[in-house]
Amino acid sequence: MKLAIASGKGGTGKTTIATNLAVTLADKGNIVQLLDCDVEEPNCHIFLKPEIAKVAPVTVSIPKVIESKCTGCGVCADVCEFNAIAVIKGTVLIFPELCHSCGACTLFCPENAFSEVPREIGSIEEGTAYGIGFVHGLLNIGELMSPAVIRGVKKAGGDPDILIIDSPPGTSCPVIEAIKDADFILLVTEPTPFGLNDLELAVGMVRELHVPFAVAINRSDVGNEEVKEYCRREGIDVVLEIPDDRRIAEAYSKGEMVIHAIPEYHGTFDACWTRMTDLHETAIRAERQPETATEW
Amino acid sequence: MKIAITATDSSLDDQVEARFGRAPYYLFVDTDTMEYEAVQNPNVAAGGGAGIQSAQLMSDRGVRHVLTGNCGPNAFRVFSAAGIQVIVGVNGTARRVVEQFKAGAFTASDQPNVADHFGMGGGRGMGMGRNRRS
Repeated sequence: MKLAIASGKGGTGKTTIATNLAVTLADKGNIVQLLDCDVEEPNCHIFLKPEIAKVAPVTVSIPKVIESKCTGCGVCADVCEFNAIAVIKGTVLIFPELCHSCGACTLFCPENAFSEVPREIGSIEEGTAYGIGFVHGLLNIGELMSPAVIRGVKKAGGDPDILIIDSPPGTSCPVIEAIKDADFILLVTEPTPFGLNDLELAVGMVRELHVPFAVAINRSDVGNEEVKEYCRREGIDVVLEIPDDRRIAEAYSKGEMVIHAIPEYHGTFDACWTRMTDLHETAIRAERQPETATEW
Repeated sequence: MKIAITATDSSLDDQVEARFGRAPYYLFVDTDTMEYEAVQNPNVAAGGGAGIQSAQLMSDRGVRHVLTGNCGPNAFRVFSAAGIQVIVGVNGTARRVVEQFKAGAFTASDQPNVADHFGMGGGRGMGMGRNRRS
């Protein structure tokens, strides 16, 4: 089972849930791996304190002009969707940090005047913590191409019983890259107008991906009832509610795992997992149903 | 001589726009005749690289000097390659700025005066990198 933990709004508790769920499931004897795909601001390691055993660079391909072949025609600048190329007085200027490695310049160049060279934009670190496998990615400062680093993190992941992906917040390309091939998505929110607004965006995104999902409400006893009402109206299951517990905030402020500081939360995360696996199985059965019907 | 000024709107009596790459208008002015053409900036809403594209536009139009408020490193690199002189820190109405230019009141900048994405507004707060298409 590949579970992605995402949220429209930042700071709702994705990492808290991802790390505590991962260790809870490992404590029960599962082989668990956690991939921190928030490569712009990874923070699972603060709580897991993993021993890093392997570090590898992430590179992307950027174009390089073969000047003896270039006629300065400007086709490359015209086809670049990302404004990463300018052709001035017959000279091609490339702006590597804007390049999305799409390859259009190389493909469309009538003179075959491009070669591609690697450029390092980040790194992947792998290790272990509390009995789980751990991978995270680090996008270098000033770089924009986080999806490439996220792909690197996911490639470094193995094939455990349970794979948990901690996604970046929002609904943009890096999030899609992190969650698109998940078996199930848990959307974390909080019971506030901001939480609801961004949850609605996230639900729209996840429905587009056709991945079964459920909602977790953090600090569920503050704010208002609108998130719950929305979920009821939309037929979305709320599989986890974490109260606004001062002890959690204290553990968090010290970089401690909730389940280590307050062991009673083991049960909370375990119950959430059971509900998600049930929903996942139901979703799979529902998907198979029409095929059975056509056979008849 | 042909120069370009970044402007908030389409006439010489409008104010100079501080941002280069995302200026609403470029005024292409012939300093000998004071005839000018206002061109709406096609790169205002570019996801990235607005300065590069706008600088390319200046080069394609044969501009010799660009007068603006701020110029970042990417646009500056294009200007250098194109041999275009950039004058930064300019403000007031476009007409007054052209007069000042003709009177020799300005010296061209030899380096960018702001960092990249300076003109994208609101500073680079949390979430800045997350909403863009990448």
